[in-house]
Amino acid sequence: MEVDRADGRNPNQLRPLACSCSILHRAHGSASWSQGDTKVLAAVYGPKAGTKKNENPEKASIEVIWKPRTGQIGKPEKEYEIILKRTLQSICILTINPNTTTSVIIQVVHDDGALLPCAINAACAALVDAGIPMKHLAVAICCCSAESGYCILDPTKLEEQKMKGFAYLVFPNSILSVLPEGSSLVQGEPMEHGIITSVTHGAMSVDDYFHCLERGRAASAKLSDFLRRSLQSKLPGDLSKAE
Amino acid sequence: MGLPNASEDLSSEMEVDAFRRLFPLRYFERHLAESIRPDARPLSRARDTTISMGAVASADGSALAKIGSTTMLAAIKMEVMTPSLESPDEGCVSIDFHMPPICSPLVRPGRPAEAAPVVAKQLSDTISSSGMINLKELSLVGGKAAWMVYLDIYCLDADGALFDAALLSAVAAFSNLQIPTVSLDDGKIVMLPEEQKEENSEKEPVNKEKRKLTLGGIPFSLTCILHKNYILADPTSEEESIMETLVTVVLDSSNQLVSLYKPGGAVLAYTSAVQDCIALTRQRVKELHQILEEAISGMEID
Repeated sequence: MEVDRADGRNPNQLRPLACSCSILHRAHGSASWSQGDTKVLAAVYGPKAGTKKNENPEKASIEVIWKPRTGQIGKPEKEYEIILKRTLQSICILTINPNTTTSVIIQVVHDDGALLPCAINAACAALVDAGIPMKHLAVAICCCSAESGYCILDPTKLEEQKMKGFAYLVFPNSILSVLPEGSSLVQGEPMEHGIITSVTHGAMSVDDYFHCLERGRAASAKLSDFLRRSLQSKLPGDLSKAE
Repeated sequence: MGLPNASEDLSSEMEVDAFRRLFPLRYFERHLAESIRPDARPLSRARDTTISMGAVASADGSALAKIGSTTMLAAIKMEVMTPSLESPDEGCVSIDFHMPPICSPLVRPGRPAEAAPVVAKQLSDTISSSGMINLKELSLVGGKAAWMVYLDIYCLDADGALFDAALLSAVAAFSNLQIPTVSLDDGKIVMLPEEQKEENSEKEPVNKEKRKLTLGGIPFSLTCILHKNYILADPTSEEESIMETLVTVVLDSSNQLVSLYKPGGAVLAYTSAVQDCIALTRQRVKELHQILEEAISGMEID
């Protein structure tokens, strides 16, 4: 089904991705991630001693601060903070450094659609840059569903507003580049197909949602590849950072 | 289960309450292995739900919803305002969710609960995504006057599944809403109190016929917990604090998926788990729809 998108992409095409790490010198880890015009900067400080009052001291805790580009911090920012915090808590190994807090600060540089997935990707890259122990990485993608049932990936802000509904999906990053034959399946599906986080907006039919899930999984393989390549390109000898 | 564990030795000598506090996960898993939960519910059953309408007499619409012990009080006040320039024939709905210290020992005054802004944003997203309220219906005089609807939801008892109860109370309050009569008085809109309707015949109400909102697809939700291979519907706060992976599915009466909200969590949701949650929610939507219909017809009889 041919779909006309404003920037001429086809429905399964992502915008150009760019990721750079270690851009902030004082932060223990930092990364900037951009998908097309949406750009997010993430900084990681930690682990620092002590946890906040309501947190479990037997585990490491993660604190997220979300700074919008303009305006005051309100409910949407608090919601993004909670979603990001719970997503990152599920991928970090929390038992390694108990009673510590790792702070992740997200600064929105420009918002042109798919902001939350961009922030999650930036936060993962920043955590790797800081050396926080993790089980696996997470890749996030935004899928939109339109009235006629077709599904497009990585929308711009205008496309997000026009569409019937969209979903932000986060999948685990695959550890292997090519899954071998007969690789371990959980409930009949490889581990990479499990959803870590899903946030939807706008009403869509249940079948549309499953359609989005399939497209999202296929795209997450491409994103995992990109993430792996950009993190591997850091030279192992270049570890001199101001502490 | 074959690992020698210190708790195995203690558990045979310990009282049930102490075991529940010291080893909460093992306590729950022992129950889940028998497909039952500590409060004797099967895994897929939600708690008893009641709705009572018109709980706040001074509000234009109100409802009290209880799911098990979780209690939410929703109240709607309407005010006339000038609509914005971008949408001159639409009104506005503003939703606020409060968790006062009465609801839970974890909430203290001066330190707002972490969950409150998240539930508030989820509620306003869900209500606008589902298309339940048609904003054009809230317009009085195109371009000059429209209704501003303030919906306030107070959590009186937080015992798990806060979003479900809050959404239910919001939907019930909107079903109970009586739009106040207004009339045009020298070009200004004036609210008419109920009693004066017969006496002042020159102040004709502008909206005498349209006193109730027509509600589009009404959304209903169910929160489930994913733990290993189990799916528990409608968790209590104890279950939520131990097994942290929550999935909230919101469906409307035509089975459209309004929202599938899974904010992280250690357990990954595979397609089969997602399909099971959606199936459980479909059942729950039917139950809640019936409960809401009974509550509405109960009000109309009075």
